[in-house]
Amino acid sequence: MEFFVVQLLNSLSYGLLLFMLSSGLTLIFSMMGVLNFAHASFYMLGAYFAYQISRYVGFWPALAIAPLLVGALGAMTERFGLRTVHKYGHVAELLFTFGLFYLIEEVVHLVWGRAPVDYRIPQALDFAAFTIFSTSYPAYRVFMMGVSVAMLLGLFLLLTRTRIGTIIQASLTHPHMVEALGHDVPRIFMLVFGGGAALAGVAGVIGGNAFVTEPGMASAVGSIVFVVVVFGGMGSLAGAFVASLFFGAIQTYTVAMDYSLLDLAARLGMGIAADSPVRGLLSVSVAQTAPVLPYLLMVLMLIVRPTGLMGTRET
Amino acid sequence: MLDVRDLHAYYGKSHILHGVDMKVAEGEIVSLLGRNGAGRSTTIKAILGQVVLEGSVRFRGEEMAGLKTFQIARKGVGYVPENRDIFPTLTVRQNLVLGMKGTRERGRWKLDDMYRLFPVLKQRADAPAGVMSGGEQQMLTLCRTLMGDPDLVMIDEPTEGLAPRIVEQVAELFDEMKSRGVSILLVEQKLAIALRISQRLYVMGHGRIVFEGTPQELRTDDSVRKEWLEV
Ligand SMILES: Nc1ncnc2c1ncn2[C@@H]1O[C@H](COP(=O)(O)OP(=O)(O)OP(=O)(O)O)[C@@H](O)[C@H]1O
Ligand SMILES: [Mg+2]
Repeated sequence: MEFFVVQLLNSLSYGLLLFMLSSGLTLIFSMMGVLNFAHASFYMLGAYFAYQISRYVGFWPALAIAPLLVGALGAMTERFGLRTVHKYGHVAELLFTFGLFYLIEEVVHLVWGRAPVDYRIPQALDFAAFTIFSTSYPAYRVFMMGVSVAMLLGLFLLLTRTRIGTIIQASLTHPHMVEALGHDVPRIFMLVFGGGAALAGVAGVIGGNAFVTEPGMASAVGSIVFVVVVFGGMGSLAGAFVASLFFGAIQTYTVAMDYSLLDLAARLGMGIAADSPVRGLLSVSVAQTAPVLPYLLMVLMLIVRPTGLMGTRET
Repeated sequence: MLDVRDLHAYYGKSHILHGVDMKVAEGEIVSLLGRNGAGRSTTIKAILGQVVLEGSVRFRGEEMAGLKTFQIARKGVGYVPENRDIFPTLTVRQNLVLGMKGTRERGRWKLDDMYRLFPVLKQRADAPAGVMSGGEQQMLTLCRTLMGDPDLVMIDEPTEGLAPRIVEQVAELFDEMKSRGVSILLVEQKLAIALRISQRLYVMGHGRIVFEGTPQELRTDDSVRKEWLEV
């Protein structure tokens, strides 16, 4: 029970973090019709920028400045990169974001090296928020959830309650019509790309110190976010939300579970002979399957429902 | 007001318009006729800057060729596409409000005008636009464009697939637009309507203007009708 509750909180905070990435990726995908391979690179940059900035002025200013920098980089990526490449079609755009991913990774290697950097959670938040049964729960995790929920609530209100939000919504599906009504759609594209990058940057700032800030973080998180948007249905924010929480839970629970099918068999009273050929397979613990499970689920989803959980368009 | 000269348009390598000349005067309703594939929609899209073009498009004396679509729209050119591009997930009211170029109602048309002309838009104001019928969606598309207070509206096949009663309503809206001094460039399949409401007509064939004249002249010109309009 204790295990269950603690892991529930962990999976919620991780799932919300994933949604900060997958929501931006989904919006950008709906708009451009192209998956942005470099999206998680903005997450990584958020973490590194926050690390660097917090060394000079502390965590709190970094929490605001790093995402703004990342957002500006994202907006420039759209304005001076993708917009030019767009003429040559989707494949060119895809290759562009692919190249950008490696470019950012190399730049991070050059500037900060290959080893993890010492980006820590701020002292002000380094205490136990409360105790569940006998486990004390870290305040920083609670803070992460708070920031995620606030950002996502802000995003939701922006999209549904403001004029620019309705223009963005309309531009996602009918950009030509929106432009014919006199709205500067190219600028909207730039803002959405920049906003999505900034959101990923926020996730990097609050996730980088909770987990690890190292050059491999973009590809690690990027592949999970990719699984999330495909599983949830490309272009569906609701799908991305459900899938983010789902994979947040899957990843959190599975890595912590040390059971195997062999244990299950034993509990059911089925003895498996020590020299049985299936014994090796059955003794694989749930935790050991954790890395492949998301991809397995994604493949299964694509077989059962090619559009994903709530997607409408084929990928 | 609109002065198109030697307009050429291209989709990739295919050359669609071969030197179109056409004019629309202040407050005038002009129809652009022709068979399927003649290049009528392409002409409108070229004026709006949505396809690759050569030639000159002057609006109130100002050259618009080369401007971006949203810049052309802001000069006062409205567009109602042939496929009724409503924003289906937004409400009817949100659709109308997105037609406005700023945050306030300005110029000739207010939301209430639209609600008065088409009460169904008021009844459905808070419903998603996607659930309305085809005819209602056509009204919405027209009204949405008018909310941007254009001086010239280019309308592509507004009555296609509509019930006669709705067609009548559309025609009434055109009268209302004319009375408020809005010029109309109309692509219309139904010859009877075009002849009734237009001051002048152009007929297109294979990307060229093959006839220009008044409704009276077109009525009496059997050869043009036979060769370029009737199927
Ligand atoms: N996106 C496009 N790419 C390539 N060719 C196109 C495209 N759109 C139209 N065309 C071609 O351009 C020509 C003119 O098309 P246009 O849409 O202007 O015709 P139209 O007169 O509006 O007729 P209708 O609306 O009945 O099809 C046609 O031969 C059509 O096949
Ligand atoms: Mg057409």
